[in-house]
Amino acid sequence: MKLIKTAFRSLIGNGLKTWLNVFVLSISFVLIIILQGILKGWSNQAVDDTIKWEIADGQYWQGKYDPYDPFSFDSSAVAVPAELQPDIDRHLLEPVLITQASIYPQGRMQGVLLRGINPDQQLLKIPTKMLNTSDTTEIPVIVGAFMARQNKLKINDVFTLRWRDKNGTFEAADIRVAGIFKTSVPSVDNGSVWLPLKKLQEMTLRKNCANILIKSPDAAVKAVPGWNFKSVDKLTESTRLLVKTKSIGTSMFYFIFLLLAMLAVFDTQMLSIFRRQREIGTLVALGMTRKQVVWHFTLEGTINAILAFAVGAVWGTPIMWYMVVKGISFNMDANEIGIAMADTMYASITPGLVIGTMLFILCVTAVVSYLPARKIAKMNPTEAIRGKAL
Amino acid sequence: MKTIVEVKKLIKKFPVGTGFFTALNGVDLQFGEGEFAGLVGPSGSGKTTLLNIIGSLDVPSEGEVVVLCKSVGGLTPKQAAQLRKEELGFIFQNYNLLPVYTVFENVEFPLLLLNIPAAERKKRVLETLEWVGLSDKINSRPAQLSGGECQRVAIARAMVKRPLLVLADEPTANLDSDNSHKILQTMLKLNEELKTTFIFATHDEKVIGYLKRIIRLKDGKVVDDVVV
Repeated sequence: MKLIKTAFRSLIGNGLKTWLNVFVLSISFVLIIILQGILKGWSNQAVDDTIKWEIADGQYWQGKYDPYDPFSFDSSAVAVPAELQPDIDRHLLEPVLITQASIYPQGRMQGVLLRGINPDQQLLKIPTKMLNTSDTTEIPVIVGAFMARQNKLKINDVFTLRWRDKNGTFEAADIRVAGIFKTSVPSVDNGSVWLPLKKLQEMTLRKNCANILIKSPDAAVKAVPGWNFKSVDKLTESTRLLVKTKSIGTSMFYFIFLLLAMLAVFDTQMLSIFRRQREIGTLVALGMTRKQVVWHFTLEGTINAILAFAVGAVWGTPIMWYMVVKGISFNMDANEIGIAMADTMYASITPGLVIGTMLFILCVTAVVSYLPARKIAKMNPTEAIRGKAL
Repeated sequence: MKTIVEVKKLIKKFPVGTGFFTALNGVDLQFGEGEFAGLVGPSGSGKTTLLNIIGSLDVPSEGEVVVLCKSVGGLTPKQAAQLRKEELGFIFQNYNLLPVYTVFENVEFPLLLLNIPAAERKKRVLETLEWVGLSDKINSRPAQLSGGECQRVAIARAMVKRPLLVLADEPTANLDSDNSHKILQTMLKLNEELKTTFIFATHDEKVIGYLKRIIRLKDGKVVDDVVV
């Protein structure tokens, strides 16, 4: 306690130099919390949006279905199992049929994935209701905003669609854009054309077939031969992993800031020990052991971090509040980075994050303060008193 | 008179290059309670080295130094620190005040190390500063004080815990004649009123004039020991 008191006095007595170090350290402190908060918020939002737009409460995948292998789509399009039919009838499961196709907007050819879904489904946020149209001239489809922008599609645009049925025969028909929806989940937007399930089944001669079944939270998971149930955790694993990978890159920024702050603390400590040799000798003469003096100087450096928390709280709290409540807009399309990303991202700043960051900075500062202070243990006090120990 | 420091056949050698320099060569001395004694001699005679060993800041190469019944050579660093903290006061040529502390905080420091309660600390600091005539400077920092005032703060810091022994190394070396006399009179007063033992290391004639016992050192040996 007395060491804390004496160290605190020495630190405050150093005036402006102390406050400069404290301010630099507080920048690192606030920045780490904000960046981590944004990444955490992004991760939460990415998972939430993926659940709302794509996964619901999990999916049954036909055994051969592999979303990364387009050749698996045809072989995995099979009749839905009889034991799951009652759940499908009660809309507790929504089948999705997926097949490859090409569209020809304004004469250009573009490979797409046709995704057939029940227009009346309510498990996903995709506005499939727009597929319910009385106009039977063209096949109604809906596409994501990114897909529409990439292919210069507008509502009511009519263009040719070419696909192959289950026998491999090429077919073609005109389709009409019945709706364009905005989503932050790239996998339901980029390269996907959504159309009524029954229509797609009819077009591909795959009556009552599907590749995946989307599950409602009210449906029980059943073991069905030939079908694998994928839980939400399993299906969002890659999203979480992707955010984590991106967070490593972002972490570099705050490590640089932290490094600068630590450099300032280290430099001050080194200079202090050289400049304050006489003081060190005096402290020993007054009855402190060299070990206590080492602790005194280590504490002095570490208290920088504690003061930085206080200073950071003063100027950082309004910024953090803004990031949590108002969020930040990155003006970047989710599809460009391949991961769900909302227009506005909200930081998720939890007490755990704040306390964790505080402990981390406190430990790093303590180590950085201790390293130069070790020199004191080797000092001869009689030389130190005269300022000639180093 | 109770003996508080006993120096027996003390030899202190320092490594120099491949050999050794002998700073003290067979010193035998005794200091009693309430003495106002001085180690006098030219530079290099060994007076500061002897003072450092008595102050448990250094250890003998050979022989023994017993301070308040404790053999300095046998003390662990912690025990030596304990001895300095509780029983010894130091006054240095360059004052060695803690520059970022105020006068009050400098004088309070030894009491902080002794874990004395805040109210008692305040009382004793103010009382000690009154002795040395610095009651009006308690919030000043060392940089705002004159050399004489700094040395008076150093005396207050040494005296605030009422040590049995005060070791003063060239306390007037950086002071003018006027301030030197004031400082010496303050220390003499404390010696007479509190019976604190003072041992000086000096070659200043002004200090020598106040000493009640003069021990002359030359080349690490005692050449004269006179009670005035």
